[in-house]
Amino acid sequence: MLDRQKNPQLNSHGELKHLLTIEGLPREILIAILDSATPFTGIAEREMKKLPLLRGKSVFNLFFENSTRTRTTFEIAAKRLSADVINLNINTSSASKGETLLDTVDNLAAMQADMFVVRHASSGAPHLIAAHLAATGREHIHVVNAGDGSHAHPTQGLLDMYTIRHYKQDFTGLTVAIIGDILHSRVARSQIHALTTLGVPEVRVIAPKTLLPTSVERLGVQVFHDMREGLRGVDVVMMLRLQNERMNGALLPSPQEFFKSYGLTPEKLALAKPDAIVMHPGPMNRGVEIDSAVADGAHAVILPQVTFGIAVRMAVMRMLAGGPA
Amino acid sequence: MKIHIKNGRVIDPANGIDRMADVFVARGHIVAIGATPAGFESNGAIDASGCIVCPGLVDLSARLREPGYEYRATLESEMAAAAAGGVTSLACPPDTDPLLDEPGLVEMLKHRARQPGFAHVYPVGALTQQLAGERLTEMAELAEAGCIAFGQADRAIVDTQVLLRAMQYAATFGFPIWMQAQDPFLARDGVAHDGEVAARLGLTGIPVAAETVALSTLLQLARETGARIHIRRISSAAGLEMLAAARASGISATCDVAAHHLHLCEHDIGNFNPHARLEPPLRAQSDRDALRRGLADGTIDALCSDHSPVDDDAKQIPFDEAEPGATGLELLLPLTLKWAAEMKLPLLQALARITCDPARIIGIEAGTLAVGAPADICVFDPQANFRVSREALKSQGKNTPFLGLELPGRVCYTLIDGNLAYSTAFV
Repeated sequence: MLDRQKNPQLNSHGELKHLLTIEGLPREILIAILDSATPFTGIAEREMKKLPLLRGKSVFNLFFENSTRTRTTFEIAAKRLSADVINLNINTSSASKGETLLDTVDNLAAMQADMFVVRHASSGAPHLIAAHLAATGREHIHVVNAGDGSHAHPTQGLLDMYTIRHYKQDFTGLTVAIIGDILHSRVARSQIHALTTLGVPEVRVIAPKTLLPTSVERLGVQVFHDMREGLRGVDVVMMLRLQNERMNGALLPSPQEFFKSYGLTPEKLALAKPDAIVMHPGPMNRGVEIDSAVADGAHAVILPQVTFGIAVRMAVMRMLAGGPA
Repeated sequence: MKIHIKNGRVIDPANGIDRMADVFVARGHIVAIGATPAGFESNGAIDASGCIVCPGLVDLSARLREPGYEYRATLESEMAAAAAGGVTSLACPPDTDPLLDEPGLVEMLKHRARQPGFAHVYPVGALTQQLAGERLTEMAELAEAGCIAFGQADRAIVDTQVLLRAMQYAATFGFPIWMQAQDPFLARDGVAHDGEVAARLGLTGIPVAAETVALSTLLQLARETGARIHIRRISSAAGLEMLAAARASGISATCDVAAHHLHLCEHDIGNFNPHARLEPPLRAQSDRDALRRGLADGTIDALCSDHSPVDDDAKQIPFDEAEPGATGLELLLPLTLKWAAEMKLPLLQALARITCDPARIIGIEAGTLAVGAPADICVFDPQANFRVSREALKSQGKNTPFLGLELPGRVCYTLIDGNLAYSTAFV
């Protein structure tokens, strides 16, 4: 019965103010980000790798959870746009921290930040920061979610879409399968919202019941427990990383058994379309979710994903803070 | 003090009364309804024109946070909230710090709360020491000190043998047991209903089975032991169905629901709204609808505020770290009226759920306007609205998902033992 809060990611003109989640973003904005990323993909080959689009802006990488890889790609993206980048690794557990999340944000905001790139172990932490900035009249500071709990990892979802479009051109005829630990995956949620928003007619999730959210079909996906059945005829295979702590216990008996049922092998991949592409957000567990022969094989586009990731993050930062195109 | 409450519509569910009548109060008690008693000379008149005069509300679950959590709320602040909400009797769970597991602490709380203008406080004693689920408390002593029932607040007794013994022991003396039906293992790390919204937001879910599994154990052991069990804050349609079936088979069990759960569901979490982080979690819309019907048809005996003041610092953090709970004493009446209007229920029936029905569960003479009963009375204007705002709330806890909304009904006067505890003239 409560009023649904309006989309906190958009300003009153419907423009992107924060990137917190892909859910609820209009298709036009997703396409605009993908389109504007294209020119940035060539920049690495140029002699001069920097563009002045974010000159004078300060980007704070606010990482409450360790992730060298994601932080590095954001750092490179910001630097290529000539922003000043400040990295903060605030390694805290909820029990041991002294300063609260919003105190940290207030302090950094007082240092004239223009953008916070936030990674946090709790779902919804970037929303909380964005709401706090709005409530305290500092809406000029942009928030980019770099992964929050099991909720969202929107730039990963976007770079995956960029990769798919690069290889498949059109979204509207595709069948896409996402495989692995959907339950705990922020990447999977962002991929699902991006794929359905961009008009992919068939999104499948393939996992044992222990690694699926209870009402996952409400996200607009088809559920498969048999990987062979789920892979039949797909154009895109999106693998997820299985976290170490989930491999032995009440969710799964062992990594070996997981690999047997849900590991991507050349033999299982053969059930997909002949020109299927294989994606993985990294870092990979070879022999757990993916066979090396596939990871290093002709279908894999895992390294291009990383390269496109920088261009897509540049496009997001530019759309948020870079002024008119 | 003799008070004459004039021109009001008296609704007294305990006695089936709904008519225009005057109410006469003397020496802390109701002395007459209708005609002025011989020789009655009031020294205070309340004009209740356009208002409803009903028994003071009885709330089965209100956390006062004293002792131990005075940064969240104090007896003074929450008693002011109770009076402003028309609540004149309330039961409080034992999860204070120290916990209510020793007679001295209960006596102290009772003593502190025994002040003019304060609602009657009925502590629920801890069923096990430190609520740890291992050793029984001195229930007979605690009852003598003022505990009206025994429970575990939101905690469970994991060891079913201890649970069986606790129920046997309580049944020996006829003490009621008030329990939350939530399996701690199935609910582990959970912060929201295990449904569509948790799936979307990436929140750890609490399945309905956490309620039904625990409920099944509690009901079976109640059957074994003959203990009088009261289930606090039921949250699901499946749980409600089990409870109705158990009752039909002769198990003595009652239950209540929290006012929030009549109006909100998982979707009201919106974008991680920490005010919608409640215990038990807000469930699916179909569950909410079943609770609304269950309360109307009497499957659910009473409605409680589940008042849990939480300081801002414990709410302005990520959803999964936020302290569950919402302030509720001042919203109990408006949320009841809203439910009644939406369900098209007569007020006589709706008000029973927050007056005589909960009084029966506590086992006290309250929630009635019978001649001779203590003059605990609420006078409210059903046409006026209560706009929920931080400023309007007397409770120290400003945490409610209803902030900013207009709810029906405004309390005008609250009498406790014949003393004026709240009046709009105070504000």
